[in-house]
Amino acid sequence: MQIPTIVGAGLIVIGAGLGIGRIGGSAMDAIARQPEASGKIQTAMLIAAALIEGIGFAALFAS
Amino acid sequence: MVISNKPLRFIIATLVACLPLISFANPEMDSVKVKTEVAHESAEAAHAEPTDVKSKIKEFINHHLLDSHDFTLSVNEETGEHYGVSLPIILWDNGLQVFLSSKFHHGEEIAEHNGNYYVLHHEKIYKTQADGELTEGENGFPTNVRPIDFSITKSVIGIMLVSLFMFLLFGSLAKSYSKNNGIASGVGRVFEPLVLYVRDEIAIPNIGEKNYKKYMSYLLTIFFFILFLNILGLMPLGFNVTGNIAITVSLAILTYIITTLTANKNYWGHIFWMPGVPTPMKFILAPIELLGTIIKPFSLMIRLYANMLAGHVVLMSIIGLMFIFKSWIGSTLSFGLAFALSILEILVAFLQAYIFTMLSALYFGAGNEEHHHDEAHH
Repeated sequence: MQIPTIVGAGLIVIGAGLGIGRIGGSAMDAIARQPEASGKIQTAMLIAAALIEGIGFAALFAS
Repeated sequence: MVISNKPLRFIIATLVACLPLISFANPEMDSVKVKTEVAHESAEAAHAEPTDVKSKIKEFINHHLLDSHDFTLSVNEETGEHYGVSLPIILWDNGLQVFLSSKFHHGEEIAEHNGNYYVLHHEKIYKTQADGELTEGENGFPTNVRPIDFSITKSVIGIMLVSLFMFLLFGSLAKSYSKNNGIASGVGRVFEPLVLYVRDEIAIPNIGEKNYKKYMSYLLTIFFFILFLNILGLMPLGFNVTGNIAITVSLAILTYIITTLTANKNYWGHIFWMPGVPTPMKFILAPIELLGTIIKPFSLMIRLYANMLAGHVVLMSIIGLMFIFKSWIGSTLSFGLAFALSILEILVAFLQAYIFTMLSALYFGAGNEEHHHDEAHH
């Protein structure tokens, strides 16, 4: 049985969503613990989120 | 409230905030016509109406996402009249062929120039015989010859506008420093903090105090170029420049070339002969690392393109929902949602410019890292 590529794209999007959610949640925790480091945490968070987002979009365009 | 003390400023701010909404005046205008058409049809066939509006909206969105050979602001569907300006078409087909895009009549007619006949099919120009017949290939694309197209398209106009704007803006900012004892004046004051932000938060932490200066011109240029083009995409004229893969490809290639050409020997050492790992591992890592240098700019390209494209599609689809629901509650909801999304899109415009600049700086920094002795011994 052949699975359509769109299903694979959907799975990747779910994974990317979970990943970005985790990054955001962890960043929230970190900022709550150390509010003075929020600037650095935000920068690192954005970079990590952007890298995962790239994979999500690549999957969407490959499907 | 502070705002209410300055009513004029409040009004101006409100107007500016509502500007993005005007950019969807076109679908509204088109669909009013659609609505009336559909209303006539629905008397006969109740099931025929949603597909018609849906396909019209889909067609409009697809047309917006493509680059176009003329600058059409609005179309009167009753008379078929297009309001806008024609742009020059420049083709290389046995010599330079220059004519105005009005010859195509928006893709409806065959353009004749110097004895050659051209047809505009889905914003691509094909050379045909005098009858304008397109022979279709196996995969659905016409097999006709495509002359090399150097036309000044809508995206090119957008890039020219932004370049001119940036040139005037930052030229005057630079001049105002010498005139005003080292203090910025005028509009430049708004942009001085952004320039400083790019330097202090993006360039110096990622590239390092020693090398950051030679990259500053490029980082500032791409930051403001992407930012202004993203904002231009939200404005009423209906540009979609950063949502066009050709533009993001060229930006990513520039980042790749600069990274490759300015990298020091440590960077290449880490790619071809990774220090600190067993020798067999070095042979495995070399192709992976080499592939990584290409994947990095590739992901830059996809990210900017897909983000802007997705933003435009989602916004226009939500506006389109208004004409599918056709009830006061659906229209109100989709208008409110579109307003909220427009504001989100402004955030995305800034974020994508920031991410592109940030990751470019990160790659430049990776190419300039000094050798750490302790790292190799661990």
